[in-house]
Amino acid sequence: MAVDTLLEKALGGDIRSIARIISLIENDNPEKDALLKRVYPMTGKAIVLGITGSPGAGKSTLTDKVIEHFRRQGKKVGVIAVDPSSPFSGGAILADRIRMQRHTGDSGVYIRSMGTRGSLGGLSRGTRESVILLDACGYDVIIIETVGVGQSEVDIIKIADTVCLVLVPGMGDDIQIMKAGIMEIANVFAINKADKPGVDRVAAEVRLMLDLVKDRPWVPPVHLTVAENGTGIEELVASIASHSVFLKSNPDGVRREWRRLAFEVEEILLQHITRMTEKSWNAYKTDEVMELLLSRKSNPYAVAEDVLRKIIPGTRVV
Amino acid sequence: MNKEYTEAKARFEAGVMKTLQKNKERKETFSTGGGLPLERLYGPDMTEGTDYVKEVGFPGEYPFTRGVQSTMFRGRFWTMRQYAGFASAEESNERYRYLLASGTTGLSVAFDLPTQIGYDSDDPMAQGECGKVGVAIDSLKDMEILFDKIPLDKVSTSMTINAPASVLLAMYICVGEKQGVPMSALSGTIQNDILKEYIARGTYIFPPKPSMRLITDIFEFCSQNVPKWNTISISGYHIREAGSTAAQEVAFTLADGIAYVEAARSKGLDPNVFGERLSFFFNAHNDFLEEVAKFRAARRMWAKIMKERFGVTNPKAQMLRFHTQTGGSTLTAQQPENNIVRVTMQALSAVLGGTQSLHTNSMDEALALPSEKSVMIALRTQQIIAYESGVTNTVDPLAGSYVVESLTNEIEEKAFEYIQQIDEMGGMLTAIEKGYVQKHIQDAAYEFQRAVESKENVVVGVNKFQIEEKNKDMKLLTVDASVGERQIKKLQELKASRDNVAVSNALDAIRSAALNESQNLMPLIIDAVRVYATEGEICGVLRGVFGEYTENIVL
Amino acid sequence: MDERKIRVVVAKPGLDGHDRGAKVVARALRDAGMEVIYTGLRQTAEQIVETVLQEDADAVGISILSGAHTFYFTKIIDMLREKDAGDVIVFGGGVIPDSDIPGLIEAGAGAVFGPGTPTTVCVEWLEGAVAKKRAKE
Repeated sequence: MAVDTLLEKALGGDIRSIARIISLIENDNPEKDALLKRVYPMTGKAIVLGITGSPGAGKSTLTDKVIEHFRRQGKKVGVIAVDPSSPFSGGAILADRIRMQRHTGDSGVYIRSMGTRGSLGGLSRGTRESVILLDACGYDVIIIETVGVGQSEVDIIKIADTVCLVLVPGMGDDIQIMKAGIMEIANVFAINKADKPGVDRVAAEVRLMLDLVKDRPWVPPVHLTVAENGTGIEELVASIASHSVFLKSNPDGVRREWRRLAFEVEEILLQHITRMTEKSWNAYKTDEVMELLLSRKSNPYAVAEDVLRKIIPGTRVV
Repeated sequence: MNKEYTEAKARFEAGVMKTLQKNKERKETFSTGGGLPLERLYGPDMTEGTDYVKEVGFPGEYPFTRGVQSTMFRGRFWTMRQYAGFASAEESNERYRYLLASGTTGLSVAFDLPTQIGYDSDDPMAQGECGKVGVAIDSLKDMEILFDKIPLDKVSTSMTINAPASVLLAMYICVGEKQGVPMSALSGTIQNDILKEYIARGTYIFPPKPSMRLITDIFEFCSQNVPKWNTISISGYHIREAGSTAAQEVAFTLADGIAYVEAARSKGLDPNVFGERLSFFFNAHNDFLEEVAKFRAARRMWAKIMKERFGVTNPKAQMLRFHTQTGGSTLTAQQPENNIVRVTMQALSAVLGGTQSLHTNSMDEALALPSEKSVMIALRTQQIIAYESGVTNTVDPLAGSYVVESLTNEIEEKAFEYIQQIDEMGGMLTAIEKGYVQKHIQDAAYEFQRAVESKENVVVGVNKFQIEEKNKDMKLLTVDASVGERQIKKLQELKASRDNVAVSNALDAIRSAALNESQNLMPLIIDAVRVYATEGEICGVLRGVFGEYTENIVL
Repeated sequence: MDERKIRVVVAKPGLDGHDRGAKVVARALRDAGMEVIYTGLRQTAEQIVETVLQEDADAVGISILSGAHTFYFTKIIDMLREKDAGDVIVFGGGVIPDSDIPGLIEAGAGAVFGPGTPTTVCVEWLEGAVAKKRAKE
């Protein structure tokens, strides 16, 4: 199907077309940039929420309940649930939506599972671009559920307006989180499984950390939640909404958007350069060139310079 | 070991080395089906460290390694109990009476999935499932038909029912009432093991906490009113079917057992009392020697757990009594007659492992529900082992076999390691929540599948010795598609004729009791069942109060 | 440029809780480089079809051991066609008697794998079927 028709149908709310365009984005289809350029002016309305935290913290169950609350307010919700791809096969088992399956019958909810597909940060460019599409298609709230390990937890700030960090008592991960610098990026805290022993200690530790920074324009609220039975979700959702209002009204929020957009341009540039580089290098990478390298008659720097000159004449590596 | 033995062994091993230079063995290393390494030869030096009286002992005595009765099958055979049930109560009643007439000594009821998950036959979730894997039971009406002309004081009945076990037990009690059999005279078993549903079998309804409460309510009610009833059958069978190893089967089952004992104790129940009514259920898989060892190890471990961990002094509450079923996942759809042979060996391992009751699978179960003929062969298999093989004429005949005693020790050691890890995690509920147990089982299952595909594991007729099979001319049982419609009609009639005010009062009483943890739900469920509240109605009320469980996927 | 990954929904329709096979197949498909969307137990036909659409899956594999296979296969295939997604490959396995298989194929199932089928057979078949489907797009 022509991309134009797909886009038209997607903007009209056709689920399968939305899904297909997200696949084009994920597969880095050559036509996707033009398409995103076209829809970009329609974006900027959605609340983009990142939900992050260690595996086992209950992110999916929490997401399920957050969807429910936004739906009650009549908002359309899009979810991108990211799971790790296997570094060996490139395949993935994507199982986050199990806990959200009750929403499948609801036409106001779109859930998409994504593999990390080798992106170092766990969040791919495709994640951000899918957010753009969903925003253009009229989803009022777009939730990104991260893998919950390593870099993805920090990277989420490059995509989401509001980051919700999910912690649980008794997992011994509080210290790790503080080490990794994730505390700094969270705008809202959910101490989940709050019916378990140790919850007060975790909450106190988080508050203590937050107190270390004085005079912040937005003090991240700390909520105790039991996602399984919905306890505390209403308050959490209210905090998310007020953070989104804060971003629009406060200079700090504007600065944040400024940084995010600068980063976005940088990413698009990098993606294009990578693509061009790959193309040129693949064309240049003949057996002869490799032989020269192997026999040390040439060197990687010289070769790189030659390749680069094909893209941008006159450049020098060294 | 003495010098003579050591020298003789050295001589033997030198000889083996020479042989190996000429003829290599079939494999570099050998192991059991469950992955335990196997030596070339086991001798007295391997079991030398085992204190016979302490670790093996005498049958009927702690730690019960050799069996729970002193005379075992010289006294009486195990209960031959064939799991059966399909379509509606009428058809299943007919099958039960056929089985009893053929010499089975206990009934084992298979319920269909809607019944197991607390849905009436007219529920949208029940579509396409009524009567498929077992009998459809919606209300006491169906249960009355199911046990029509079967005297409940003469037969013991096992019911594979877990999440809604209270409801089905209540119905059984009411059928007894109508037959004039008091509940104190009823004997049988409900599976009632929710933890393995979360781990491996999937017919859960409620989250763990209220589920554990329903279970302990049953423990309490039965110890006062239905003293001959086995209130739980803690099941490793399905854990093994899901792909675990033998040692994992024992470990995870006993860890489940520990969780139940702890839950009951925290409710104030005495393990010396309810411990007598705990029963177990294991799988009899392919590796003959390992399986015999597994049953013996499980018995010894449970006795130790009850005595040392829970301070139980009543020997009857230290005994691990168990039912066995041959391994369903070992059956092949290819050359299905071969399954008769598999089942025979598996059943023999259960008998030599000292089982209290046994179900032998039918050869056609990889294809469909068993036909009458194949069920008969399966039952005859047990009877041949009992009456003809001779293995029943002396107690625990494999005891003292160097390899069997060694494997018994090894399984115990390995299983206690798992239990220790689970303890360190904070118990079985946490281990399930973290996916620890599921992950171990799935890894073992995937490993097994890869070994079959690489032909490292041979499955006769599947990856070796295949033959071209024309459309298998076995007569398979098919379930009449109209069962669902018939059940729905029965439900409509029931709802039109029963006292609906009484029903709604009874359901209200259950709702308010469900909110109050200290109240035992069992008597109220019996009251509701008696006035013909349906299973779906009762479970619906409990769903409203308790919520529902969502599985925890770890892949 | 990334290659186009095969996306497969693996689902357990109905009330059947036996998921050993579904999980083993899911892992095998992943190890063959596919993205497997695993729905878990107790899925209605509606949920499965909606998942296929939202996930832009090339195929959906269903595993049934409860005897309800004819009901679910036909319902899922019909619903996919109604939603203009008749091109999605439907395949499956479980305890399914040989005599029921022709009827399922007739209804539109791409393949039905019985007990004992090596996962490699399933993977190869699916790769071929997806290639054929994409060639038509």
